[in-house]
Amino acid sequence: MEGRVPGAVLLEVRGVSLSFGGVHALREVDFHVHEREICAIIGPNGAGKSSLLNVINGVYAPNAGTISYAGETRRAMRPHRAAEQGIARTFQNIALFKGMSVLDNVMAGRALKMRRGMLWQALYWGPAEREELEHRARVEKIIDFLQIEHVRRTPVGRLPYGLQKRVELARALAAEPRLLLLDEPMAGMNIEEKQDMCRFILDANDELGVTVVLIEHDMAVVMDIADRVVVLDYGRKIADGAPEEVRNNREVIDAYLGVPTAADDRALKEAS
Amino acid sequence: MPADTFPRLLIEHARQRGDRPSIREKDLGIWQTYSWKQALDEVRSLACGLRTLGLRRGDALAIVGDNRPRLYWAMDAAQSLGAIPVPLYQDAVADEMAYVLGNADVRIAIVEDQEQVDKLLEVKPRCPHLELIIYDDPRGLRHYDPAVLRAYDDVQAAGRDLERQEPELFEQEVARGQSSDVAIMLYTSGTTGTPKGVMLTHDNLILTGRGAIQRDRLTGDEEVLAYLPMAWVGDNLFSYSQGHVAGFCVSCPESPDTVLTDMREIGPTYFFAPPRVLENLLTQVSIRMEDSSRFKRWLYARCMVVARRWGSTILDGKPVATLGRLAYALADLLILGPLRNVLGFSRVRVAYTAGEAIGPDLFRFYRSLGVNLKQLYGSTETSVFVCMQPDGQAKLESVGTPAAGVDVRISEQGEVQVRSPGVFRGYFKAEGATREAMTADGFFRTGDAGYFDDDGHLRIIDRAKDVGRLRDGTLFAPKYLENKLKFFPFIKEAVAFGDRRAFAAAFVCIDLAAVGNWAERRNLPYTGYVDLAGQKPVHDLVRGCVEEVNAALAADPKLRGSQIHRFLVLHKELDADDGELTRTRKVRRGFIAEKYAMLVEALYSRDSHVHVETQVRFEDGRTGLVRADLPILEAMTVELEGKRRAA
Repeated sequence: MEGRVPGAVLLEVRGVSLSFGGVHALREVDFHVHEREICAIIGPNGAGKSSLLNVINGVYAPNAGTISYAGETRRAMRPHRAAEQGIARTFQNIALFKGMSVLDNVMAGRALKMRRGMLWQALYWGPAEREELEHRARVEKIIDFLQIEHVRRTPVGRLPYGLQKRVELARALAAEPRLLLLDEPMAGMNIEEKQDMCRFILDANDELGVTVVLIEHDMAVVMDIADRVVVLDYGRKIADGAPEEVRNNREVIDAYLGVPTAADDRALKEAS
Repeated sequence: MPADTFPRLLIEHARQRGDRPSIREKDLGIWQTYSWKQALDEVRSLACGLRTLGLRRGDALAIVGDNRPRLYWAMDAAQSLGAIPVPLYQDAVADEMAYVLGNADVRIAIVEDQEQVDKLLEVKPRCPHLELIIYDDPRGLRHYDPAVLRAYDDVQAAGRDLERQEPELFEQEVARGQSSDVAIMLYTSGTTGTPKGVMLTHDNLILTGRGAIQRDRLTGDEEVLAYLPMAWVGDNLFSYSQGHVAGFCVSCPESPDTVLTDMREIGPTYFFAPPRVLENLLTQVSIRMEDSSRFKRWLYARCMVVARRWGSTILDGKPVATLGRLAYALADLLILGPLRNVLGFSRVRVAYTAGEAIGPDLFRFYRSLGVNLKQLYGSTETSVFVCMQPDGQAKLESVGTPAAGVDVRISEQGEVQVRSPGVFRGYFKAEGATREAMTADGFFRTGDAGYFDDDGHLRIIDRAKDVGRLRDGTLFAPKYLENKLKFFPFIKEAVAFGDRRAFAAAFVCIDLAAVGNWAERRNLPYTGYVDLAGQKPVHDLVRGCVEEVNAALAADPKLRGSQIHRFLVLHKELDADDGELTRTRKVRRGFIAEKYAMLVEALYSRDSHVHVETQVRFEDGRTGLVRADLPILEAMTVELEGKRRAA
């Protein structure tokens, strides 16, 4: 994006390898994300994209390598610690509480910010009430931000897929993250929903100052919103750079984009 | 200074009842109320701010967005300076916006958010006068070119600076306004031709608004929900004008998708809805009832029978047998009351519908529910109110008696003509069109065909130019047929043909929600509109509807001949973006007949199928092609009482 200067390095993954038995999900992956950057991870199925996100927020402990986040270097993140330090994420196959309303789902994103214990909250009196109101106000701001007012009270399970994705993003934003990990935020959406989602991600990045790492298959989207693209193939990083460079990288084309045909060229041109 | 312009009314209310609510909106899920005093402060600083930007008397100020207090204040602010607010349809496509902005010489526009800013920036190269866009919601606009953008807050801040230097400025400007000045310019979508700017004066709007308020005994305590497009005269009259005259509070919905919830929370007492909105509400109720348990469905059906039998009569205050009253009271307790509550109609004292003829069963449904729904007749050029139904005299087929101070006459050609304080000043920059619209003695030609019935109520049949004759001379009123068809929840739109033809025929568009639900309950798989509309069981369903209409027509000696012989189910929904509907969703029959000429010919041929390819425009502006093979369907017609034959 023109006019934006990336800040200091927020996240750095160095020499990370991860294997499950004989399967090497990640092989010595190095990459870093600057503060306020939108970084896209692309690659064919099974390239290790989701595994990388899982390493970043501590669901998987890597077999080798280190992760530095906000100045601290570790062998492995722990999920709880990651959340406390401002890493939030969404999932490839939506992980919301289907029976709960949109409002409650987004409120759940505030769980870590709640100071009062369960008893206080059950009493809902004095400080607990004030706290609840304060959190509710923040949640309402996010509901407004993502334009989901009309489904505030609707159980999530009854919403169409595209809206559920948006609710998931809302819940992640409710945690006021510094780093937002999005696993295929636009999978299964129609063009209009994708455009909306792009706008929301850009707005979150721009107005809330959130750093974003996202996995996405839709190249048009990636080229549109990412500042930088990291390409994985069979657990290896094969490219890393501005969307323009990556698109013209021979290895990337062979591994992922495929040998360009006239139609692909056209599509790529349109994408840019 | 008499309160005869909108800014003066605003000042008057702020002075006399300054702490009473004037307008509400929902912020972060909570209703925020602005008093008349606060509204005046907001308007004053905005007006002064606009002054610093060089908005002068007679200039046009475009306003685009959903119903928001800040956009209504923009109207007040413009009028305070003697400028003319021009609200635009917020969902208009770029071409339409460019036309209006260009035609009205708009220099400054006030818009709601980024979506509208993007749209205006897109058309800006085509609108040489457009210099500045003022936005309310700054979200997403940080990287835009600041030379053409200004924040609403910043404009108000500049206004407050000016106020400090010239504290008398605002009142002086308001004092310079005349009640005969143009107060607003509303572009009529028009079922034909390019939009025209209808100039309405303060007098037009205030006098008609006041007349209607007196007739229905409305007070400053009414609650109104402003949910219709601000560019439509209906919203302007019912929310803005009458709100200013009576001093009642107007609430703006949180978003267009939350109207139902907001309606329930606000509980309006005075309500205006075009038939389409009422229809959607009823469709939703019907769908939800179909999905409920068997006992509830049974109870609903029983109570509705009771309601239909006695509800309307009780509402009209006519004598009803004790048994009827008891049955109705029980139905009210069990179903009708809760249903009114769910729909947000619990407190409605007066409700109007207009804009299009209302389906009989739709009208009866709300009346029998105990909602005092009445019809009125009017147009943008007459500041809405021409005829209104008095309480207790709400009839199905007519639109009531002339409003106070309104002369209505029927010309020799059968056209309804109106002379009233509400008749407009003229079309902007279109003296020719204005002259054509008026008679030599100052009556406005409505273009509607109608007559007065025995009770002195006006009855509208159709647009005068649309009423035609079948080849055998039978009267053919296309809208009448279309409305009859559209009453069925399964049918969303219908277009009837028959003028100078051997028989009447029709296009039908199914209602995706209703038919989709119907199909699901029958385990009928479908992928989308095109697929569903092409299925045989759906065709049979629609044929059933058409044949019912034919049976009803057979009972009317005048219209018996215009029964529908052949019809087809259209492969796409009619859409305003494709030019097939107006922005107020009226069918543009002529355009459709031209666009689908091949289909019309097929209806009048011996073919049983027709292949069609249509260009459609998606919401993001791209176009695509829809292909379909449409069967031409035949419906039974009724020749004599009880005797049916295939067409």
